[in-house]
Amino acid sequence: MKIAVLTKAIPSYESSIRIDSSSTWIDESVVNFVVNESDSYALEEALQIKEKLDNGSEVVVVTMGSQDNTSKVLKDGLAKGADRAIFIQNEDSNTDPLSISKLFSQNLKDENFDLIFSGLQSDDLGSGQTGVLIGELLGMSTATLGIETDIQDGEIKIKRELESGWFQWVTLPFPASVSIQSGINEPRYPSLKGIMGAKRKELKVVDGQLSDSPKQNFINLFVPKTEKATEKIEGDVDGIVAKLMDILKNKLRVIS
Amino acid sequence: MILVVLENQRGNIHAFSKEAVAAGQNLGSKLGMDVSILCMGENASSLKEQANDYKSQNLILAEHDMVNTYSADGYSKVLSDVITDLSPKYVIMGHSYMVRDFLPRVSAKLDIPFVSDIISVTYDGGNPIFSRQVFNAKLATNIQPDSNSNTTLLSFQSAAFSSDNIELGGSDAASVFEVNLNMEDIKSSSEPEFQESASGVDLTTADVIVSVGRGIESQDNIPMVESLAKAMGAEIASSRPVVDMGWLPSYRQVGSSGQAVSPNLYFSVGISGAIQHVVGMKGSKNIIAINKDEEAPIFEIADYAVIGDLMEIVPKLTEELQK
Repeated sequence: MKIAVLTKAIPSYESSIRIDSSSTWIDESVVNFVVNESDSYALEEALQIKEKLDNGSEVVVVTMGSQDNTSKVLKDGLAKGADRAIFIQNEDSNTDPLSISKLFSQNLKDENFDLIFSGLQSDDLGSGQTGVLIGELLGMSTATLGIETDIQDGEIKIKRELESGWFQWVTLPFPASVSIQSGINEPRYPSLKGIMGAKRKELKVVDGQLSDSPKQNFINLFVPKTEKATEKIEGDVDGIVAKLMDILKNKLRVIS
Repeated sequence: MILVVLENQRGNIHAFSKEAVAAGQNLGSKLGMDVSILCMGENASSLKEQANDYKSQNLILAEHDMVNTYSADGYSKVLSDVITDLSPKYVIMGHSYMVRDFLPRVSAKLDIPFVSDIISVTYDGGNPIFSRQVFNAKLATNIQPDSNSNTTLLSFQSAAFSSDNIELGGSDAASVFEVNLNMEDIKSSSEPEFQESASGVDLTTADVIVSVGRGIESQDNIPMVESLAKAMGAEIASSRPVVDMGWLPSYRQVGSSGQAVSPNLYFSVGISGAIQHVVGMKGSKNIIAINKDEEAPIFEIADYAVIGDLMEIVPKLTEELQK
């Protein structure tokens, strides 16, 4: 079994997000890049499948982006147990999902993966399309929001999350591209041995130039307007608590 | 022409699809385009009955035995064929989990753009510009699809348009689209939808909800928030990361994959306000949010934005409430 895991470097939750002078992207110099959360669940699922099958399966982490932002993501994937890595170098972070997916497919086509796992969506642009688009472009079967997987002979069963607490099992023949929902497993931490060993693993770098013009044009980023008249409460803890008590008692009347 | 595609949800038109009808009619009136409605796949003929009063140019039925149950393979093939035949300028659906599952396939098959999870539309002359939330709703972006594309796929976030604004008056015409499918078109198979065992906790009827997010940092701090909920006579709920880490059971989760709630008071503690959470609670009558990050997107929809350390505020507030 040959499994690719698509991972993306995104700004951490704590990072300060500022629009840059071009007004189409953020100021990356003040951002700490980390692995997209659902991608780390996707990697763990692939590693567990490899370990369970125990038949010489291979897990390959794949990422796209600029060298500065992504190097940590690839090292982390290799340290956790991926066998090798493919880095598609592309500085143009702000590109539409279909163009990005074409670039992935062109570079992954000859690998003939049995399975492609990806996180259900990235926490930066969040289109949530890449895994499905790549699946279609490579003629694979597809499923999204996998919350449990079961590998069987020639096929994979996936428990898909639906809305409002509903689920559904689907069965896909290989090759398949499946997006993984966070919470499916407990992602491991890299071991010291893994971190040392990562340096000796293969890292293939390819130059990812977009061939077509983009299908979507990003005009500008903006700070969303507050929908409500929000009252700010800040200061020392005693003052905040007194203010909250007043609101709960006298304004909202949820306590007497 | 604008084509709105309806989705079946256990026998009824999906709530997001109704909003998509309102979105389609709104876009149609702004752009001077006719609106047609497509009922396809699972339960299609019943959806068509239910959509009978909606004002449209054409109410289209696309049925076939092989798409009587949902599959991404089948649905993407049928919709691609309809689009190729009718060449709509825009195809509109709600941003549901099913749409995420199959609509990107149509985008790739036909090499056309798919702008997903749209929150609002503005117009630059005759050209619509679509806004989406990015960076966990901290920012939004304006997008214009490639004007050379014959068709653009659009999905709207829930509540971007209200189904109260659907224009009625029925359709001018009704037609049937001849679906052609072969065995080799559908490679996947699916089993019936199911719910996990019910918990007896119904967050949707709670008057006050205290909801906890990743800002709580550790499972050891959960009892602190439980005490606050108890002191306020509230149900405890959470955002997804708390459930993912196993700190609270999944039936406590509010958001797109959990429950949608609209209590009198939603008291959020350490929740940043990612889109997936906000869609499940933005209908709350009053929202108080505590977060140490002044830029947390939850503050955009909060009535009271408490900027401070929950580890200090929550125990003190609980103590006051218990007095």
